[in-house]
Amino acid sequence: MASQSGWQYYLSMLEEGLSNILIKGGRVIDPKTKVNDILDILITGNKISKISKKIKKNDAQLINAKGKIVCPGFIDLHCHLRDPGRPDEETIESGGESAIAGGFTTICCMPNTEPAIDNEGIVKYIYKEAANANLCRIFPIGAITKKRQGKEITEFGELVNAGVKGFSDDGDVVADSNVFRHALEYSKRFDVPIFEHPIDKYLAQDGMMNEGLVSTRLGIKGSPAIAEEVIVARDLLLAKFSGARLHLCHISTKGAVELIREAKKKGVKVTCETCPHYFFFNDAVLESFDTNYKVNPPIRSEQDRQAIIEGLRDNTIDCIATDHAPHCQAEKELEFTNAPFGLIGFETALSSIIKELVNKEKFDWIKVLEKLTVNPAKILKEKSGVIKQGAVADLTIFDPKKKWKLTSNAIKSKSKNTPFLNKELIGKNIGVVINGEIKYYTKD
Amino acid sequence: MNPKKDLLGIEKLTGKEINQYFNLANKFVKVLERPIPIVPSLRGKTILTLFFEPSTRTQISFSVAAKRLSADVINFSQSTSSVSKGETLLDTAKNIEAMKVDGVIVRHSAPGAAKYLAEQLDAFIINAGDGSHEHPTQALLDLMTMRQNFDNFKDLKVLIIGDIAHSRVARSNIFGLKTLDAQVAICAPPTMIPLGINKLGVDVFYNLDDIIGDFDVVMALRIQIERQGAGLFPSVREYRTLYGLTKERVHMMKPKSIIMHPGPANRGVEIDPEVADSDKSVILDQVKNGVAIRMAVLFIHAGGRIE
Repeated sequence: MASQSGWQYYLSMLEEGLSNILIKGGRVIDPKTKVNDILDILITGNKISKISKKIKKNDAQLINAKGKIVCPGFIDLHCHLRDPGRPDEETIESGGESAIAGGFTTICCMPNTEPAIDNEGIVKYIYKEAANANLCRIFPIGAITKKRQGKEITEFGELVNAGVKGFSDDGDVVADSNVFRHALEYSKRFDVPIFEHPIDKYLAQDGMMNEGLVSTRLGIKGSPAIAEEVIVARDLLLAKFSGARLHLCHISTKGAVELIREAKKKGVKVTCETCPHYFFFNDAVLESFDTNYKVNPPIRSEQDRQAIIEGLRDNTIDCIATDHAPHCQAEKELEFTNAPFGLIGFETALSSIIKELVNKEKFDWIKVLEKLTVNPAKILKEKSGVIKQGAVADLTIFDPKKKWKLTSNAIKSKSKNTPFLNKELIGKNIGVVINGEIKYYTKD
Repeated sequence: MNPKKDLLGIEKLTGKEINQYFNLANKFVKVLERPIPIVPSLRGKTILTLFFEPSTRTQISFSVAAKRLSADVINFSQSTSSVSKGETLLDTAKNIEAMKVDGVIVRHSAPGAAKYLAEQLDAFIINAGDGSHEHPTQALLDLMTMRQNFDNFKDLKVLIIGDIAHSRVARSNIFGLKTLDAQVAICAPPTMIPLGINKLGVDVFYNLDDIIGDFDVVMALRIQIERQGAGLFPSVREYRTLYGLTKERVHMMKPKSIIMHPGPANRGVEIDPEVADSDKSVILDQVKNGVAIRMAVLFIHAGGRIE
C-alpha cells in the first residue's frame, strides 16, 4: 500500500508467507489492558498483529465471533493428568484434548504421578508427550520432596532448568514444618512459587466430606475446615518469615479466606486459587452419596461457599483452577467410603463460572476472566494472558449464552467423574487459538 | 398405605409412617405369643440378608422375622469387605438382581451403601446399618419399646450416652424421636459429640451426674474399645468412671425411668451387669420387639397381605 512506509511494507511482505487468522466481530475482553469492546483481531504467525474495529483480510482463516467473547487463553494452575502412571484414567494427550475443549490454552500438571515428577527425566517425558500431542501448553509442577514423601527437598535447580514452573507435593501437605520452611527458603534462589496443598492430615484423618451438620446427619466421617486453616496459617507465617512466594491451592473455607486476606494486607507474598466446585456447590449435595462429589478438600458449607465468592470478589482469591482429577469409572462406582477423591474439571469450569459468578453473583467479565488469564500468567511468569498487538496469540473464544448438556460420550477426558453429567449448563467454549494455531473450534 | 420400596433410614419418615410400623408390629407381638408363631403372609417371597459386617444378633433377628412370615430366607455374611476380594458392591448387586430375590437386608460399613443398592436393584432394600449413618429397624424397635413404657412421645425426655459421632443407632433414634416431638439429649465426652448436632434440636451435656436425674429414658451406646487408640477417650476405666451406667447413677434416675441398650453391651464398661439385669432395664424387651418390628418392616415393604 502506498501509505505504508518502506519498512512497514517490507514487514507486510514478510508476513505474506505466514498464515493469518481473523477473528471477526467478537467482544474482546482483556483483563490486563481493560479492553472490553467489539473488535476484530488479526493473528499473523504466532502473534496478534492487529486489533481494531474493522479489519479486512481476504486470505485469512475467518472465525466469526459475533455474539461471542474473545479473551486471552485460559490458564489452569492446577490439574492432574495421571501421566505417567495411570493411562487408563488420563494421558497427556487426553488431558490436553479435555483442556482445549474447555477453553484452556495452558495447564499446569501436578506431580502426584507414578512415578512422581521429582526428577529431570519425568519433566522431559512430560514435555515430550506434550509436544507429541501438540495441543495446549503443558507445564509440569515439580515435587517439593523426593517421591513426595515430605522428607528431603528435590533438586529444584535441575527441575527448574528442565522446565517446571513451581513446586508442590499436591495430594499431600508438607507436614513437617521444617521441610516446608527449607523448601520456601530454597525456592528464593529460583524465584518460583511453592504450591501448597493446605490440609493438615492429622486433623483431616480419613474424613470424606466437610465436617458439619450434614456429615453429622449422614454419618460420613468429616474433614474439618480447621484442617485447612491450620496449615494456611502456618504457611502464611512461614511465607512471611522466609519472604518466598507461596501459592495456596484449592482454598475452600471461610477461615482460610480471612487468613489470606489479612496476610495480603500485611504484604505477605501469597497468592491462592479456588476451584469451581467450592463456589458452585455446598455440602448438602453429599446427601446423594454421589461419589462424584467426593473431593479433597471437601465441598464445604454454604457459609464457606459464600466466603469463597466474597474472596473472589475482593481479589483475596487470585485464580480459579480446576483441580481436574480424573478417576476411572470402576473406582468411582465403589461405595462412598472406598471411592477416590476428585472430579474432572476442564470441560465444565467455564459454565460453572458463568452460571454462578457472572449470571448469579453479577461479577463483571474483567474480574472473572483475570482469574483465568492474567493472574495465573503472573504467577507462572508467563507473557501470555494478554491481548495486545505483538503478544503471542493464545486466545479463547466462547459463547456466554449457549445452553448445552454434557453427555458422557461428549467428554474428551478419559474419565467421566463429574457431577455435571447430563445437567443443563450455560456458556460454552467454541474455540481456542494457541501460539497462532486454531487447536479447537466447534460451531455447536 | 402406599409404602416406599425401601427402608433406608428414619430421617425421611413422617410420624404417620413410623406409627404404621408400630401398629403392625403390635399385631405381630400377639402373633409371636401364639403357640405356633407363624403367619403365611410372605409365602413364596425370597429374602436375602447380606451382611458385610459381623452382626449375629441383627442378622438372626431379621431371619427369625422373615421366617415367622413364611418367607424363604438366605443368609450371607462376609466379615471382610468384599472390595478387598476384588468384588464390588455393584457386582454383588448385579448378581443379586440376576438371582431374582424379592428383598435384601443389607449391612455395610460404608454410609450410603443401602441407598446405593436401592438405586441399583428392583428388590426392596432394608438398611440394617450403613456405616455410621442409619440403622432404622433398631430405632423403630427402640421407639416401640419406649412407647410401651410411656403414653406418648410428646414431652418424653430421652438421654443417649456414648459415642454419638460414630453411632448409627444414635442417629436413627435422634431422627425418629425428633419427628415424634420427644425431647432428646446426648451426653458424652466432647470428643464424641459430632459437629452441628445441636442444630438437630438435641441438647448436649458432658457431665452425666448433673443431668441423669432428669430423664425418662436413658440409653447407653456400645463403646467401641478400639476408639481408645483414636484418642477419643483416654481409657476404658476413665470412660466407665465418667459415663458408665453404674448402680450409683441408677439411684439418681427418676422413679419410673427405663434403661435401654442396643446391644451387645460391654458389661462393666458402659453398663454394669447388675444394671443391665435390673428392673429398670428393658433390654430384653428391645430384643423381643426387634423381631416384631422387623416383621412389620418386611411385611410392609414386601407387600404382604393381611390374613
